[in-house]
Amino acid sequence: MIRVVLPAHLRTLARVNGEVQLESSAPITLGSVLDELEARYPVLRGSIRDHVTLRRRPFVRFFACEEDLSHEPPETALPQAVVSGSEPLLIIGALAGG
Amino acid sequence: MKTKAKHKVTSKKKRSASAVRLLVGTRKGAFILNSDGTRKKWTVDGPHFAGWEMYHLKGSPADPNRLYASQTSGWFGQKIQRSDDGGKTWEPVGDKFAYEGTTTTHQWYDGTQHPWEFKRIWHLEPSLTDPDTVYAGAEDAALFKTTDAGKTWQEFPGLRNAKGHLWQPGAGGMGLHTILLDPSNPKRIFIAISAAGVFRTEDGGQTWRPINSGLKSPYQLPDPDAEVGHCVHRIALHPSRPGVLFMQKHWDVMRSDNAGDSWHEVSGDLPTDFGFPIDVHAHEPETIYVVPIKSDSEHFPLDGKLRVYRSRTGGNEWEPLTKGLPQRDCYVNILRDAMAVDSLEPCGVYFGTTGGQVYASANGGNSWTAIVRDLPAVLSVEVQTLK
Repeated sequence: MIRVVLPAHLRTLARVNGEVQLESSAPITLGSVLDELEARYPVLRGSIRDHVTLRRRPFVRFFACEEDLSHEPPETALPQAVVSGSEPLLIIGALAGG
Repeated sequence: MKTKAKHKVTSKKKRSASAVRLLVGTRKGAFILNSDGTRKKWTVDGPHFAGWEMYHLKGSPADPNRLYASQTSGWFGQKIQRSDDGGKTWEPVGDKFAYEGTTTTHQWYDGTQHPWEFKRIWHLEPSLTDPDTVYAGAEDAALFKTTDAGKTWQEFPGLRNAKGHLWQPGAGGMGLHTILLDPSNPKRIFIAISAAGVFRTEDGGQTWRPINSGLKSPYQLPDPDAEVGHCVHRIALHPSRPGVLFMQKHWDVMRSDNAGDSWHEVSGDLPTDFGFPIDVHAHEPETIYVVPIKSDSEHFPLDGKLRVYRSRTGGNEWEPLTKGLPQRDCYVNILRDAMAVDSLEPCGVYFGTTGGQVYASANGGNSWTAIVRDLPAVLSVEVQTLK
């Protein structure tokens, strides 16, 4: 079971409270978790990744286990602590502004 | 005297039986303001979609309970919301706006060509007859259409063939911000783009041609009479005379009497002819409204006085409307989509400011009151007259 923490605006869009829990089959990668997340909550399509290119939106970040995975390719395996469910994958609205 | 008094009572009754709903898009959410037809007391409902930029909300003329809203965010992109109950509840619908065919390019700030990239929807224009059909104006400039109530959107790529390689973004982006549907001819649509100009289709959107003859932009374009490239801020028409168009250009207020084939200036005695919105009175096709702004580098009213100007002669002769509007220390702006008129008698006129005020006039502009004063910066105002 994978735990995903969404930023507040995306929780509102997806109409969820707290963490999202996903069942994902191996290999569990950044891309496969995002695929699963968007399949469960289609309203999130286009809000984390571009609809067409599937590239991460510029002001969205992916953190896990105190590491920044934002620049990693989709096939990147997630840390074991995320795979085991002991740590969440954080989807973050990037710090932007003054 | 007796007849006049009776008539007065009847129209007063009629006004209080009707209702008005204002749809206000702001930098940080949407607000719905309601009143009965007297337009004296208002309720404020919102924010809807708190924290999101709500570029535009508009109701279907064919079904007033059907509303569409453009919800955008620099972080999380574009969403389109639909309401089937007049804004009480909303459902997200489709938001995939993919440009059709091969990627074309437009002029970029450094003189190079730049590929079209979708950024947001500036304006939603529901069909006059079908609640499920809506046109959407995009940045980078393109026109999209849905016929399934927002589930899917298709572009009209023919528009980009109208010398799209010469279009360029203005300071606010290259947005398609105005869509006018001709009530007398469903195949004819007018659109306006900053900074490209006005375009018209006669075949329902398949082919387009620029209609900018007569526009002059001496300090914005190397060729002041160029066929495209003009920074048109807004166009408007009266439904009874769709061949007569009014325009607030970057500078200049313009008019066309031949559906845009040619334009002539009607700025006349305005104190400054820079501005953003322009609108037409609901019952008087020659009565138009603008809000003069000092200049393109000072986006605020002249002398700190917020004045709407009205012309009852289709331009050239203008009168300031000031009653109820701040006449000192006012430095807000009024954006292009932030003015609307209702269809009650007398005609109501509404506009929102970047300072968060929404002003209403229930008498065609003779006097104004602020419905609200402290919303986030207002991006758009639309009004629905509910019978």
